[in-house]
Amino acid sequence: MKTDILSFEHVTFTYNRESAPALEDVSFSVQDGEWIAIVGHNGSGKSTGAKLMSGLLFPQEGRVSVLGDELTEQNLWDKRSKMGMVFQNPDNQFVGATVQDDVAFALENNGVPHNEMVERVQGALQKVGMADYLNHEPHHLSGGQKQRVAIAGALALRPRLLILDEATSMLDPRGRAEVIQTIQELRTDSRLTVLSITHDLEEALLADRILVLNKGRKYKEGTPDEVFSAGSRLEEMGLDLPFAMRMSRLISREGIPLPGEPMSEQELIEALWKLNFSK
Amino acid sequence: MEIELQQVAYSYAKDTPFEKQALADVSLKIPSGSYTAIIGHTGSGKSTVLQHLNALLRPTAGRVVIGSQTIEAGTKAKNLREIRRKVGIVFQFPEQQLFEETVLKDIMFGPLNYGVPEDEAEQRAVRLIHQLGLPEETLLKSPFDLSGGQMRRVAIAGVLAMEPEVLVLDEPTAGLDPKGRQEIMDLFYKLHQEKGHTTVLVTHSMEDAARYADQVAVMHKGTCVLTGQTEEVFASAAQLAEFGLEQPRPVQMQHRFEAKVGKKLQGICLTEESLAEAIASALRNGGNTP
Repeated sequence: MKTDILSFEHVTFTYNRESAPALEDVSFSVQDGEWIAIVGHNGSGKSTGAKLMSGLLFPQEGRVSVLGDELTEQNLWDKRSKMGMVFQNPDNQFVGATVQDDVAFALENNGVPHNEMVERVQGALQKVGMADYLNHEPHHLSGGQKQRVAIAGALALRPRLLILDEATSMLDPRGRAEVIQTIQELRTDSRLTVLSITHDLEEALLADRILVLNKGRKYKEGTPDEVFSAGSRLEEMGLDLPFAMRMSRLISREGIPLPGEPMSEQELIEALWKLNFSK
Repeated sequence: MEIELQQVAYSYAKDTPFEKQALADVSLKIPSGSYTAIIGHTGSGKSTVLQHLNALLRPTAGRVVIGSQTIEAGTKAKNLREIRRKVGIVFQFPEQQLFEETVLKDIMFGPLNYGVPEDEAEQRAVRLIHQLGLPEETLLKSPFDLSGGQMRRVAIAGVLAMEPEVLVLDEPTAGLDPKGRQEIMDLFYKLHQEKGHTTVLVTHSMEDAARYADQVAVMHKGTCVLTGQTEEVFASAAQLAEFGLEQPRPVQMQHRFEAKVGKKLQGICLTEESLAEAIASALRNGGNTP
């Protein structure tokens, strides 16, 4: 029987009674081996969702389940050890004095024997391309490198699910590209299940499935193609369409009719090239 | 107000074993009324330059001329207070600096400190809260009850309330969603045009630099390696690559379009809108026949 790695069933959460719910009647599930992206504007409920997944908050209505069991205060620690989390600010999540100490931190807390620990730390750093930095001080690394070390820290615990909470939003373009590439490699090598929370639709485009939150509610769920067909509605929601889609809209607005909706720059240029010939 | 850096060098922890040179021989002129973008890879010295613009750091060699005042190594600077009123800096993640009980008090804090009468300071706060697109009730809330994006706006209002002549922006939209990013960047641009103040934008985003700036300075390994009109600076992909930078996305696509379709577009397309226009007009003006 196939169990969901994570599921939300009709989850509602309100911070205080007077205000509107931060999350209202939201349902979705994460299947083993998939990459799901949760996107939404600032204040759409993304962060509340992340806190509910990790048991920092519990829903007032509905249920959050991890690996088939409802998340409760009793099983919280056990369930959390199955989920690796990487947060937004690379500087706020380091505890170790060196890269390897940092990656080893959670393993030590979980009583992993020394030999195995060494192996897992090196393996995890290898996977994110940081094996040459074992004894470096984390605060001397670039933003992208820091986030890759943070991912290694999460991987060392061999999680069933890796949660990236705005993990690229504070990085420069190069750092962002490094982290995204790392995730793609992890996906190809080990089919790691990934849930990324982001407002970068360019990044979401790489996921298998996208869930769009708007004002605390689920607005849309589907493959990137299905979700981006909502086009201008996504823009009104404070999200940004991927570059190629923005460009094709602008070009159509100039009176050049483009067939379909190219999702990548390459497809768009291809379409323009054909158009140029058929004139 | 004009700011000019003349052969500025700066070392952290000078004359100690931990001395680290962050800037060397930086010369950069920021003309009054210009919109200057400072770009460069992480660690290139952008933020260190920024801290010289209102004398938070004093050069260890060379001089910085801010309006009518000169900040030089080894001299005791006078009237820094005046410089800091005229040059307002919006630091990265400025919401971390909020501290007052209410948003109103937080925005009024700077002006009151500089002797602006209370009612005037309050008027500024009310005006700014509207300008930044927040409801007026926000003024009575605690800044800590606001969302991240709202806190950012309040912090920006606090800087604008000083009515600076030069506005320095250090990655002012990092961490905001795309809509919030655009709103805030557009607001700065509008203020720049309306008030005629000098704007300095320190950014990782080549697209923002291309869209808003009329002058671009490139920092690389602690020195200013290139300064020029925005079109010039972004014209050469090879040169930017030497400094670990890329051309803005529309310019990249322009090149790929030109190569594939075999047509040169008019000029360099710095924004998505100008690229769309140029492509449309190229396609309209006669296609090739197969």
